[in-house]
Formats: sequence, structure tokens, C-alpha cells
Amino acid sequence: MYLKSQANSIKNMLKIENLKASVDDKSILKGLNLQVNAGEVHAIMGPNGAGKSTLANIIAGKEEYEVNQGTIELNGEDISELAPEERAHIGVFLSFQYPVEIPGVSVTNFIKTAINENRKAKGLEEMPAKNMLKMIREKSELLEIDRKFLSRSLNEGFSGGEKKRNEIFQMAMLEPKLAILDETDSGLDIDALRIVANGVNKLKSKDNAVIVITHYQRLLDYIVPDFVHVLHDGKIVKTGDASLALELEAKGYDWIKEEVIS
Amino acid sequence: MDLKEKIVSSYVAFEDGVNINSDIHEIRTDAFQQFEKLGFPSKKLEAWKYTSLNAILKEDYSIFPDNEKSINLADVKQYFIHDIDTYKVIFIDGKYSSFLSETTHDSIDVCLMSSALTKAKYKPIIENYFNKIAKQDNLTSLNTAFSKEGAYIHIPKNTEVEKPIQIINFTTGTEAATMLQPRNLIVVEQNAHVQIIERHQSLTENAVFTNVVTEIYADRHSTVDVYKIQNDHISASLVDNTFIEQQSESIVSVHTFSFGGNITRNNLNFYQRGEHIDSILKGITIIEGKQHVDHHTLVHHIEPNCESHQDYKGIFDERSTGVFNGKVIVEKEAQKTNAYQKNNNILVSDKSTINAKPQLEIFADDVKCSHGCTIGQLDEEALFYMQQRGIGIKEARALLMYAFANTVLESVKIPEVKDRITKLIANKLNVNIGFNI
Repeated sequence: MYLKSQANSIKNMLKIENLKASVDDKSILKGLNLQVNAGEVHAIMGPNGAGKSTLANIIAGKEEYEVNQGTIELNGEDISELAPEERAHIGVFLSFQYPVEIPGVSVTNFIKTAINENRKAKGLEEMPAKNMLKMIREKSELLEIDRKFLSRSLNEGFSGGEKKRNEIFQMAMLEPKLAILDETDSGLDIDALRIVANGVNKLKSKDNAVIVITHYQRLLDYIVPDFVHVLHDGKIVKTGDASLALELEAKGYDWIKEEVIS
Repeated sequence: MDLKEKIVSSYVAFEDGVNINSDIHEIRTDAFQQFEKLGFPSKKLEAWKYTSLNAILKEDYSIFPDNEKSINLADVKQYFIHDIDTYKVIFIDGKYSSFLSETTHDSIDVCLMSSALTKAKYKPIIENYFNKIAKQDNLTSLNTAFSKEGAYIHIPKNTEVEKPIQIINFTTGTEAATMLQPRNLIVVEQNAHVQIIERHQSLTENAVFTNVVTEIYADRHSTVDVYKIQNDHISASLVDNTFIEQQSESIVSVHTFSFGGNITRNNLNFYQRGEHIDSILKGITIIEGKQHVDHHTLVHHIEPNCESHQDYKGIFDERSTGVFNGKVIVEKEAQKTNAYQKNNNILVSDKSTINAKPQLEIFADDVKCSHGCTIGQLDEEALFYMQQRGIGIKEARALLMYAFANTVLESVKIPEVKDRITKLIANKLNVNIGFNI
């Protein structure tokens, strides 16, 4: 056991090699490489249309994207043929840029169903109602979520900020290995941003990893990345530490494009 | 011999078993003549444009199943709402089963139509109410011509009936094909309240064609809640003709849950004969294969200041077909009517069909009438969202469909019925997840 966990910790948690992907025959990712280790926070920045959301959706397994070439490995296992729910079962979580409204299903019952479906996939019994309640209580406090909110239909009539906070609440409940936050900062005011970032930071551990996709440096003041990658035209064209984000904030993306061309 | 001919030529045999020198038999023979003239409805009739009975009329039905057959409670318990105390009026192959029933004459009458039609003490009610609102159309006439047995329920004024009443018609399949004509009469007097659960259930895969007529009278300030559970074998077809007359300040709700059966046709008719009446019509249809469910509703607003609420949800998979025809008539005198109609459908497969037709005939000028009809598919984005959270595609689809139908369940007042319907939905959608949404 000891040897196995040690071996795992040495390996990359997520390893993407030469990923080429398209949607409706339009090529979007053009040979992307990315390695994320357990315990790390990676930020992916880049201009509109660079392929950031595509990357997030492909890791999560959205069907409309076609992987033409390359591999996506999670803990050494190729996940590119797995269904979205199977990827979720092994610990992939995507915080949606635009969370979907599901009328008729309450937040509480949705998360209960999700947790128990994940447990079922692992061969575990359903979580006892008492434990579930306790967990919901703790995690909703962590994200300063009003209890009444939990009995409302999922995302229906939620403000942009409420939707994003609800995403992170679900992440807190599901305790994923790899969390991808797709523009979680958009639509958040500064207080909500602080709460969400605080929630993410509290969930961080040496066993999990976070990929933060964002346009702006703002969120990275709160969730400090170990690595910052710049995605441009379907490839990662530059990688640096947190200071790269500040540089991008000050100078924009044009200099990167020029650097790529030259 | 086609079915109509067979029915017509067996009428004399039917007469052997009833008193032909009675007022009731006058009503029967008038109806017999009417059926003989009209025959079975064909697709040429506007009201039957999308529902053809041809396939089921080909069967060689036994018209009066004669064998008394007993069944064990253990074998049929699952078809009862058995976790609460109820009155029960149970028929096996059209014959009353005293063993399975629990009737009463203690301040209310929950008993048999065969008694009500023949015994003197019921005569005043029968004279006033029997066959007064049932239409004189093909299938209702056919039922009236053979009316002999069914449930008879009379709730005197100011009576709150504590226990719901279950009416169940079982068919045992001792005959290769069975045709049934159950006839129910429910009279609810002023200020009374009653809840009815109705079910038709065959116990084998042999063909069954049930043509049931139910008349309901809701007097002033009464409340009547009816739950129709239609989850029969695929070999069983049902035409349910229900006629409801309401007096002032009464509230009548009918929930129809259609999951099973071959061809199911619901003719649900409300006549509002007073003011401040509320009529509630709700339905969930979930079908697959070649199943067919047709909801024909009519709400006739005759007097002012009344309301009607219709909410029908349908989910159609494979080659199944659905019909929703919702007719609302608002008479000139019926000012301040508030009539609301909603019909939402999901076509799960590209081979499934829904024919939806709202029909509003409004002759008053100060009314609120709305209708909305949607036909769509399951939301792919929502499915991906749920899968991303670890919910399998099958469960995700089921959860979305359940959530879609859920608004109709909210108004079910008996928790055990709601629970049962929820389980039937989970079963129908072939999933096992906690649906306590």
C-alpha cells in the first residue's frame, strides 16, 4: 500500500499530451500539452476563443467535442473513452461557466443523488441521511449559503453569483481529485469572489489539484496558482509562475501573440 | 362476425340476467338503439381522428364473462394502495368480489351498482342521477346498454369520508379476450368530501377491452378528488368516459396517471352548473413501445366566476403516440371565468408522436383564458451537467423526466398515492434512485 501511494504521488495527476480536438469539424485544440500534479494549482489564461472552455469540457467528457489526436490521462489511466459520469466517479469535477437550470429538482436532492450515485459507482452503500445532513450543513456554512437556498430548484432563478457559489458548494460536497473552475469568477462581486476563493482554498490539499480558467488576474489574488499557462490558438504558448498573471493583466495578450509569431 | 354485430346479437342473452320491466331497462334499450345506430367510433369522427380502435376491435371478446373466478389477495395486493385504510369496491371479470371488497352502509353508501339499480331504497338517487350527464355518444351508449354492475357511492351532506375509496376492476384472463362495461355512479351531497382511487388491472397477457362510464355529481360546497391509475398490461385497452357535474363552490379534481396499457382513451368531461366552482384536471403520461394514450378533456363553463385548471405532462418514448385535445367552452353568461390549460410534452425518441390540440370556444367577454402547449426533447446541456456530477445517463434522463412531471404530483393529496405514483414512475423509467424531490 505504501509503495503504491508513493508511486501515485510521483506520477502526474493529469497528463495531456499533444491533444488535438475539434467541434463540428472546426479545429480548436491544436496540440496541447499540460501536466498537473497533486497538490498544485494551475491557472489557464488566454484571450477569447483560445480554447479554454473547450479544454475544460473535453477533460470532463462532453460528447460534442471530438478528440482527433493525443491522450488525456488521469492518474496514469487514459480517460478519453470514459463517459462523463465515469470521469466524475474517478474524481473529475467541472465548475460550469454557465450552470444549467433544472426546474423541479432541489439543490439538496440533486447533490444527494449525485453523492449516492458516486458512492454506488464505487460499490459503497448510500450515505446515511444523518451524515449527509451534517456534511450539507458544514459545506453550506463554508460557502456562506443560506439554508433556504438549498430547497430551491437547482439554479432556477439564481443570480450569476448564486450559481457559481452553488457550483463550489457541489465541489465541496463531492470532494473531487481534480477540480476545473471554468470562469468561476465571472458574474461574482468582490464579496462573493472572496467567499468562493476561500471555499476553494479550504478544500485544497496535497491529494487534489485545481485548474482555474480565467480571463482576469483578479481571482488569482485569492487563489494563488503554482503555475500560470497562456492558451493561445489551441496551444499552451507560455508557462510561468503567479507573476505571469500580473504581467498579462498589465500588458494584455497581444505581446504573447507577437511572441508566438516571432 | 364483427364486434358490433356480436354485441348486438348477444343483447337478448344479456336481458336474461336483468329485469326488463324496469325504468332502468328503458334507459338501457334506448342506449342500445343508439349504439346500434352509431356503432364504434371510426377515425372519420373528428373526436377520434388520432385514435383508432380498429386493432382492438378485431379481437373475439367474451362479452359477458360468466365464470366466477376467485383470486388470492396475496396475488393482487400490489395493485391496491394497501398501506392506508380504505373502502374497496372490487370486481373480478366484471363480477363483484365480496372477499376482496370492503363496502359500507354506515351513514354513507359505498356499494354496488347492481344493488342500486334494483333495490327500492336507492330509487330516488338513481332516478335523479343515473345516466343524466353521460353523453349519448357511441361508447357511452354501449356502456349504458349493458349497465348492470360497478361502484355506487352516495355521500350524504356534511360528511367527510375519512377513508379513500378504491374501485378496482380485475380481469383474470380465463377468457382469451374479455370485454367489460363497468358503470359507476358517485353522488356527493352538500359540504361532503370524498377521495376515490380507480384502477383497471388485468392479471394475464390476454386481451381486455374495458369501456367504463363514471358519473360524478358534486353538490354545493363539496370536494371530490379522483385518482385514476392506468398502469395495465400491454394487452389491455381502456376507454374511460367520466362525466362530472358541479354545483356552486364545489371543487373537483381528477388526476390521471397513464403509464401502461395498449390503447387508452380518456374522455373527461366537466360541466359547471353554479358559481365559484373549481375544476382541476391533471395528468402524467409516460409511455413507450407502441402504446397510445389519448386525453380528451372538456370543461364547460356555464355560470360566472368559476375556474378550471388543466395541467397535462406527457413523455413519449420509442414509437408511442399521444393525443391531448383540451376543449374549453365559456358560455356568454360565464363572465369572470378563469380557465387555464397547460400541456407539455417530451418526445424522447424521434419515432414518437404527440398530437396536441387546445380548443377554446369563448362567448363571454370578461374572462381569463390561457393555454400553453410545448413539445420538446430532453435538454442535452442538463444531461451533461448531471453526468458531470456523477449521475449516470439513464438516471440523469429519469431525473429530468421525473422533474418534468413532478409539478403534476404536487397536487396529489394522499401521500401514499403520491408515493405509489412516484414508484411507478421510477419503475417505468427503469431506474432506482431516491426520488423524494
